[in-house]
Amino acid sequence: MTEAATVPSTTESDRTPVLSVRNLVKHFPVRSGGLLRRRIGEVHAVCDVSFDIYPHETLGLVGESGCGKSTTARAVLNLQPATTGEVRYDGTELGTLSSKEMRQLRRSMQIVFQDPYASLDPRIPVNEIVAEPLRIHGLHEDGGKERVRDLLQTVGLRPEHGNRFPHEFSGGQRQRIGIARALALEPRLLVLDEPVSALDVSIQAGVLNLLQDLQAELGLSYLFVSHDLSVVRHVADRIAVMYLGKIVETAPAEQLFQSPAHPYTQALISAIPVPDPRKERTRQRIVITGDVPSPVDPPSGCRFRTRCPKFADILTDNQRQLCKDEEPQLVDRGQGHPSACHYAEAAQLL
Amino acid sequence: MTPTDPTTATADTVLEVADLTVQFPTDDGLVQAVRGVNYELRRGEVLGIVGESGSGKSVTSLAVMGLLPGSAQLSGSVRFRGNELLESTDKELSRVRGQGISMVFQDPMTSLNPVYTIGDQIAEAIMAHHDIRKDAARRQAVELLDLVHIPHPEQRAKSYPHELSGGMRQRVVIAIAMANRPDIIIADEPTTALDVTVQAQILESLRTAQKETGAAMILITHDLGVIAGQADRVLVMYAGKVVESGSADDVFYRPRMPYTLGLLGSLPRLDVKTDRLTPIAGSPPSVVNMPPGCPFSPRCPLAEEICDTEEPPLEAGSDPDHLGACHFAYRVEGHDPTELFSTAASDATPLPAGTNDGEVR
Amino acid sequence: MPDNPKSDIDPSPPQVPETKASGAGETLAGPARTEREFTVAQRSQAQLVLRRFLQHRLAVASLIVLTAIVLLAFVGGALWKYDVGQFTPDESQAPSWEHPFGTDQTGRDMFAQVLRGTQISIGIAVLVALFATIVGTIWGAVAGFYRGWLDTAMMRIADLVLTLPLLAVAAVLGHNVGGTWWLIAVVIAGLYWAYVSRVARGVVLSLREKEFIEASKALGASDARIIFKHLVPNALGSVIVNATILVAIAILLETALSYLGFGVVPPDTSLGLLVSQAKTAVSTRPWLFYFPGLFIILIALTINFIGDGLRDAFDPQQTKVRA
Repeated sequence: MTEAATVPSTTESDRTPVLSVRNLVKHFPVRSGGLLRRRIGEVHAVCDVSFDIYPHETLGLVGESGCGKSTTARAVLNLQPATTGEVRYDGTELGTLSSKEMRQLRRSMQIVFQDPYASLDPRIPVNEIVAEPLRIHGLHEDGGKERVRDLLQTVGLRPEHGNRFPHEFSGGQRQRIGIARALALEPRLLVLDEPVSALDVSIQAGVLNLLQDLQAELGLSYLFVSHDLSVVRHVADRIAVMYLGKIVETAPAEQLFQSPAHPYTQALISAIPVPDPRKERTRQRIVITGDVPSPVDPPSGCRFRTRCPKFADILTDNQRQLCKDEEPQLVDRGQGHPSACHYAEAAQLL
Repeated sequence: MTPTDPTTATADTVLEVADLTVQFPTDDGLVQAVRGVNYELRRGEVLGIVGESGSGKSVTSLAVMGLLPGSAQLSGSVRFRGNELLESTDKELSRVRGQGISMVFQDPMTSLNPVYTIGDQIAEAIMAHHDIRKDAARRQAVELLDLVHIPHPEQRAKSYPHELSGGMRQRVVIAIAMANRPDIIIADEPTTALDVTVQAQILESLRTAQKETGAAMILITHDLGVIAGQADRVLVMYAGKVVESGSADDVFYRPRMPYTLGLLGSLPRLDVKTDRLTPIAGSPPSVVNMPPGCPFSPRCPLAEEICDTEEPPLEAGSDPDHLGACHFAYRVEGHDPTELFSTAASDATPLPAGTNDGEVR
Repeated sequence: MPDNPKSDIDPSPPQVPETKASGAGETLAGPARTEREFTVAQRSQAQLVLRRFLQHRLAVASLIVLTAIVLLAFVGGALWKYDVGQFTPDESQAPSWEHPFGTDQTGRDMFAQVLRGTQISIGIAVLVALFATIVGTIWGAVAGFYRGWLDTAMMRIADLVLTLPLLAVAAVLGHNVGGTWWLIAVVIAGLYWAYVSRVARGVVLSLREKEFIEASKALGASDARIIFKHLVPNALGSVIVNATILVAIAILLETALSYLGFGVVPPDTSLGLLVSQAKTAVSTRPWLFYFPGLFIILIALTINFIGDGLRDAFDPQQTKVRA
């Protein structure tokens, strides 16, 4: 099970990715404040990101704020069209679809948002929120009401409460309503954009368990976007780590934690505190300095070099030159999984 | 010298909070934000207060600082080095704030003035309590910036807050907090708005600040991982009360309160692969018009009749320093979360009241 | 009064904190953890608005006074023993029990006249409110939702309308429609919807970034559905507040037009026309001037206060609980 991503699967259909993203680029214009609002630069939010998601699989997309993970999620759903690159759902390229065809395709891929307070229209009762996707696609006429009841039950809510308004529910319950809405159209792919980050710890776990159960029952594929490596380790089969618009390392979940190869992944893993006082006291920390550089003007060569402990402390001047001149490709450098570091080296941190 | 071991640290108490209650009158009734909190803070130790939203952990420390809005009704006692703070005048309190107790908030912009350079702001904090010249104060400000690991402190001192990143700003706030060598630094969710790699830097700066000044620290956070790494002693708060207190090891390895155990079980771990989490059913109670009994009983797998009628006191078991507020603490101790809590995915008690179903909207 | 039924509802649903007040967190670093240190049971938006409105004493008093004026104008006007155009033998009489507001030099009862004028003013207020709000809200919502060139074009048109010298244009148009009161209302609304559209656009601009709008898009909702089902209902609060204040201005504008002779024409009458007709009588028969004047002030003032109360009620910053 843990090796699902590397072991060749039994059937051919299992190896056809549900979602396939190639060389995705998303730039946002930066405009001057004046009357003309001239374009004075570009935010390089996502730069050349490629990944696949297979049936029944969870891909965890991890990174800190501003790394482009949420933008990637929205580009996958064509909510913010990509600047260049392609997103294929089941072989269909989204960029070529008419808006009508896109609307049809939306039945297959849905999203759950981070903030359960902002993602539900406060003026609409819960039944109607869950029924909305059915109405939009003309499916409500026949058996819509029962479907809504079933959905609420599926996500662990009481259907009798369907006529209440979102504000009458707690954060965790609202997140469940959001999940019910996303499930209404029986999608195959769910994009989960930080689905538990806004929830209290004790509530988080219930929602995570629910997501696990739904995947097992309905055979869903997840793109799980999160800043929290602990949560991602718990849910993901494979993990892609993003930094400043790029994937810097990708690996099956267990492998990523056992032998992280990119210095950023290593720093990230070692920076996350674990709820275990003895382990915390003795843990080896790789503290990286400074802040993430501006995505308007990213560093040349390797984007991480300005904060990289390896670049700062270990490499020779000659070696550093390579980091400055040449952008490292995301390839396997002998660690068993791809990483984007010229001097990748697996480390044992946990 | 190392403050990590409370037993070797000098045992004198710098802060003593006894029976503190805080209530806010609102349209909906009396909000009982804090309901009888007791704790002592010893010199040089780090006390972690952990709890979820609405547990009263922040209000408790705002009350200590005298920073609550006028509508708040306080009772109990807060003694700082023997002086009662709740009865102090504003003037006396201002002297205590900054010089005796300083505070680091979640959002650094709330404590920085956007129109002054950070060097000026630190210098001003120094001059507010010390009779020194401006240039001397500025020199000290630069030293402080250096101490909290701000690169190029001399140039940075001339920057305005908006020119700095969130992590840098938080370090400036820490520099201000340690400027007058306080006895206590209260850090209220100091890293919640920051990325993990920056969080690690800030926690290190806080540690430095605490060691340099020899101050005791109260670290308030919802993150059990942060607490595990930083705190010597831990208070777990729930619904305005301390429900468990003890050394970090005791609380994490041998919790006596089902809530603590449940929290630990619902946390996905970075260091071990977990197959199934054990969520706590339901949600935290409303602190308006609180019903009698243990506030955790509606969510507690151990709850029996007595739990709904009688609120358990915070009591010690075999270890006098490890307190838990549970009628059945002995049944919690030494157990694994999965033994007590179910791993079901459903929110078993949605809107547990169910009483206002007939409510006419 | 609402206290009793609520107190037994409140403690029941254990709620997790409301994050509205601190909701700007999404753009911050990773976890948009919004903490609030204690919780209260939440009410629906409508309940909250009503409760806050009731706490605004001046607004509640204004609402009572305005209701009384409306009742007096429509019910009282219909029951009163004299008709608007009716000449009585009592000419130029000071206020008395027979003629509470006195009579003019031709013997017409001022009370009947003032009530009729009030009816016109209120009719104009209601029409302007409906017309300007509906057109303005849709105009602004469409512009704000689509952004880009459509937004620019639509808002330039709105700006153009706003730059017109209101009184002059209204005077010309109003004069040409022949003094019918509802046509005058349409003219005023035709100049005022642009204000509403700017407000609506502003609200929609912030609403369209909310995740529930994005969620609808992800579900494949059509633009019309998003605008009319989600954006407009959520923008309505702010729009109503601003429309209320516009209504007060509209009443004053009609008064000014009638005073200048470009509004309602005899034999019908309006408060502005009454003041205008009495301008030579201020010193000799002051009641002819002061009673219609008093009603103009009362109506405008009360609507303004009600608008204030509504604004406070809709403003989330007004939450009584510390955020």
